[in-house]
Amino acid sequence: MRYAMAVDTRKCVGCSDCVVACQTENNVPHGFARDWVVEVTAGTYPSLEIEIRSERCNHCDNAPCVRCCPTGASQIIEGGIVIVEHNKCIGCGACITSCPYDARYSHPDGYVDKCTFCSHRVKDGSEPACVEVCPTKCLYFGDLDDPRSPVSEVLKLRKNKTLIPEAGTKPQIFFLT
Amino acid sequence: MREELIVSGRMNHGIDPVLHIWHWQIPLYLFLGGLAAGILFFAALYTILGKEDKYEGAVKWAPFIAPLALVLGLAALFMDLKHQLYFWRLYTTIRLSSPMSWGAWTLMAITPLSFIWAAINIRLIFPRWDWKFGFLKWFEAFAIRYKLVMAWLILVLSLILGIYTGILFSAFNARPLWNTSILGPLFLTSGLSTGAAVIILMARNKEERHLFSRIDLILIIIELVLIVHMFMGFLASTQVQIDAANLFLGGPYTAQFWVIVVGMGLIIPAILEALELVKFKIPVLIPSTLVLIGGLVLRFLISNAGQVSRWLY
Repeated sequence: MRYAMAVDTRKCVGCSDCVVACQTENNVPHGFARDWVVEVTAGTYPSLEIEIRSERCNHCDNAPCVRCCPTGASQIIEGGIVIVEHNKCIGCGACITSCPYDARYSHPDGYVDKCTFCSHRVKDGSEPACVEVCPTKCLYFGDLDDPRSPVSEVLKLRKNKTLIPEAGTKPQIFFLT
Repeated sequence: MREELIVSGRMNHGIDPVLHIWHWQIPLYLFLGGLAAGILFFAALYTILGKEDKYEGAVKWAPFIAPLALVLGLAALFMDLKHQLYFWRLYTTIRLSSPMSWGAWTLMAITPLSFIWAAINIRLIFPRWDWKFGFLKWFEAFAIRYKLVMAWLILVLSLILGIYTGILFSAFNARPLWNTSILGPLFLTSGLSTGAAVIILMARNKEERHLFSRIDLILIIIELVLIVHMFMGFLASTQVQIDAANLFLGGPYTAQFWVIVVGMGLIIPAILEALELVKFKIPVLIPSTLVLIGGLVLRFLISNAGQVSRWLY
């Protein structure tokens, strides 16, 4: 099993519902976010194009945060989900520094926190909160090993990219372009 | 002209707009760790070479500084942790892929050894020191008997400690400025150089002072070569690494780096040490202090600038 997500940059309107849904679902402390919206405007005026991305931890296959963790708190669990085990984390910050996407933050309680792909929901067969709440249905979630899952289906049909693949992290969040 | 404007809605404290998760504690610790590694390396080396009585400053006096530096460094390291009550988790596992785990275990081994090394020489400071308890006296005799074994252990561990301070940074591919394998040898050389500087200050005679001035001079030249090599490597690499190098080549860290680290911390002490070797009278306090300041500022600049350097996407 290999969970992954696809983000349709053409359907995303940047409403930040995914951000708020995540903060509510996961009790994210005030002033922090596990997912966020990035808008990239590119081109030569007046011919500009815009790409809107809902971003989060890339749940990398070759995760530098897991490699550099001195206690094993950062780990990959069933389905390829990268998580932090809070009572093993010493808050040294190595994983925060190691992430080229800056997807982690230091929780006010001391441990390091990040997107969990809503592992508590996913294990019961539901979708992550951000996916379920998206009003334009631009987020696809599922098992890459299952060719019939929503994410596998959409990746077959649409051109897509990952973020900084040259960093060698093998990210598992795909952006449909 | 084609332009690209990136607007991110993320504003996590300590992460945005630029990463600043490691403050003064980490660079201070890296400096103190490197310093202790340098001192202990020379103490062990000249013990193994059988020159304990010839170079008393290096073998017996300077090592009193090492446990102090290590304890202060460990305190800084502990203050950096944000989930402090769980620090013992470092010692319930060994993770070979994590330089921090290597460092934690190395410190666990070398810190007690540095205390034992200082303890067996304690009568230099307190001539009438008495360990009072029988088992402590037995332990002292035991440590003195196996001093050579201890020296070999310290020699290896100090090299690991010295090079790990740089590898800790260079293992992070996410920060292009740190992601160079030169950083390990550079921090090791700098650590040995600061160690030699302390030994020069505590040298017992002119011969010893001259020997360590000569060693320090060679180490400074190696350091300069490594710094040039590091920038050559960056400039011949990818865009993110060119950007990282530019932080020091015209960017916000240019003046501090070239004036304080390279000018005051390497070139001026090198000139002063060279002059001393050709029989000019130079107060040793000046080059030694400059080397120590340069080493400290180097750690701070690399730590801060590394967190600013990043991938663009």
